[in-house]
Amino acid sequence: MALLDFASPPVSSQAAAAPRDTLLRRLLRRPSAVVGLIFFALIIAMAASADIVYPDDPLDMVAQPFLWPGQDAAYPLGTDMLGRDIASGIFHGARVSLLIGAVATLVSLVIGVTTGAVSGYYGGRLDAGLMRVTELFQTVPPFLFALAIVAILQPSIPTITFAIGITAWPSLARLVRAEVLKLRHGEMVAASIALGASDGRIILLHILPNTLAPVIVSASILVASAILTESSLAFLGLGDPNVVSWGGMVGAGREVLRTDWYVATLPGLAIVAAVLALNLLGDGLNDALNPKGARR
Amino acid sequence: MFQSIGVKPLTPDPVLQVEDLSIRFQTGRGTVQAVSGVSLAIAPGETLGLVGESGCGKSTLGRAIVRLIEPAGGRIHLAGQDITHVPRHRLRTARRKVQMVFQDPFASLDPRWTVGELIAEPLHIHAVGTREERRARVRDLLHKVGLPQDAAERTPHQFSGGQRQRIGIARALALDPAVVVLDEPVSALDVSVQAQILNLLSDLQEALGVAFLFISHDLSVVEYVSDRVAVMYLGRIVELADRETLFRAPAHPYTRALLDAVPRTDGGPHRAAPLAGDLPSPYAPPPGCAFHTRCPMAVAACRTDRPQLRAVGPGHSAACHLAME
Repeated sequence: MALLDFASPPVSSQAAAAPRDTLLRRLLRRPSAVVGLIFFALIIAMAASADIVYPDDPLDMVAQPFLWPGQDAAYPLGTDMLGRDIASGIFHGARVSLLIGAVATLVSLVIGVTTGAVSGYYGGRLDAGLMRVTELFQTVPPFLFALAIVAILQPSIPTITFAIGITAWPSLARLVRAEVLKLRHGEMVAASIALGASDGRIILLHILPNTLAPVIVSASILVASAILTESSLAFLGLGDPNVVSWGGMVGAGREVLRTDWYVATLPGLAIVAAVLALNLLGDGLNDALNPKGARR
Repeated sequence: MFQSIGVKPLTPDPVLQVEDLSIRFQTGRGTVQAVSGVSLAIAPGETLGLVGESGCGKSTLGRAIVRLIEPAGGRIHLAGQDITHVPRHRLRTARRKVQMVFQDPFASLDPRWTVGELIAEPLHIHAVGTREERRARVRDLLHKVGLPQDAAERTPHQFSGGQRQRIGIARALALDPAVVVLDEPVSALDVSVQAQILNLLSDLQEALGVAFLFISHDLSVVEYVSDRVAVMYLGRIVELADRETLFRAPAHPYTRALLDAVPRTDGGPHRAAPLAGDLPSPYAPPPGCAFHTRCPMAVAACRTDRPQLRAVGPGHSAACHLAME
């Protein structure tokens, strides 16, 4: 299997002539990662095609309420208590979930990577100060923190994204700091300093690219948790009221759970699929980027 | 094969001069005096070997010379310029004149960069030449260190340890430095590869006139490459002489002990290594001569008075009360 690759050491530098073992190739060798990729691709396809497949506003009432899935071929996943098309909601909800997940993670990445890199590289008092701030953020449970921010700022897509991003970075900062610290006192950085490289050049061109693997892995997990957080906020009624969101659909369906359980369950399954896909992908990336025996 | 036999006279203006350099580290256990009052000078095109046990401060001294470590006292002159206290961001011009090759060629090269990018990096940093000129320079350097031209497109992990050290040497030479500090450049390599790298270094020195500070714990390697040799013990230079003198007539008992510890293969009488015990703790160096705790000849004065480095012959100095002219 894939393990065979590590059993045979490279014969010579000529081994480079063999087809390159790209990240995608290594990823595709792992069944769980393939499942994750397929699910993730499906969700992206749903988000991308939402306007084409369901050009109308998913919040419109289009049919009679409580049409069960399969009852009417025009509404394959049925309708909710207000007669809104659930399939349309799930398609459009994928957009909101992916958008918030991606942008919130980007916010976390910018804050977390910057903090971690500066902290780990410069050390000393700057490090101590930045780490205290990081710990301050970590003392408050991230979900409650995000909840408080959204409640204060009024729920809308930008505020929800900001709230999730601003609460999710501390773990990333600590991860990056640990990785930077490992490299900071190594010979690679010493060699760069001796060559006359500036701190910025060393951090951006040498240190950060070498910490990319764990950052990519944790970013994929962060997207999953951002989607989950957004759904939880929407479930509690703190979603953007002008857009459909999976969490909001679950929240609305909760009231009819005993009679018409599909209303809450179908968008719930979409959340499960998205989070599972990203976690499987993260796991697969982790294995693909850090194979045992391969040098980083 | 090996050209630099014989002693080159010390020219009046050395390319690198270190005066009374001291380096201290603050650690959780207290202050370590890693280097104390070290003075040395290297002439253009010369190789000064720096030997000592691990922990004696030789690598620390080398790193201070390229300003990776801030000294606590003393001066470093590079080609006449005092670089001891020049702030790091204004050090660029000086950096071009002194470069370093590291012990571990696996750790000192960024694994994600191609060899061409790695060798060109110093040129980028110092904004040397156009893109085309830099590319030509990389080709020239690859040729000089005996690597194939297509090496530029590959990454370091596709090379063996010896080849990687060649990459490190090419990078250090990219800016035409006057001095290169070689910190145990062959210690991580197989013995068969060591000789190739040592020969390469002496060929490059012959061709480029670059001076080397060659740091090593391996006496046979130092004997092979050095014009002059400095022996360090617990942060101080205890003996400094040209190679012939040091290896044939060492004046310091520590140097003698080190030489005796080298296994002989020439059929001469076997000499047992007389050096007992470990290097004393640098946190609490012994009073007087730091070596007296292990010295077979120590007298009362050695326990109380620290011997100064003094001349014991032409171009030969030793820090020992008992060393005679």
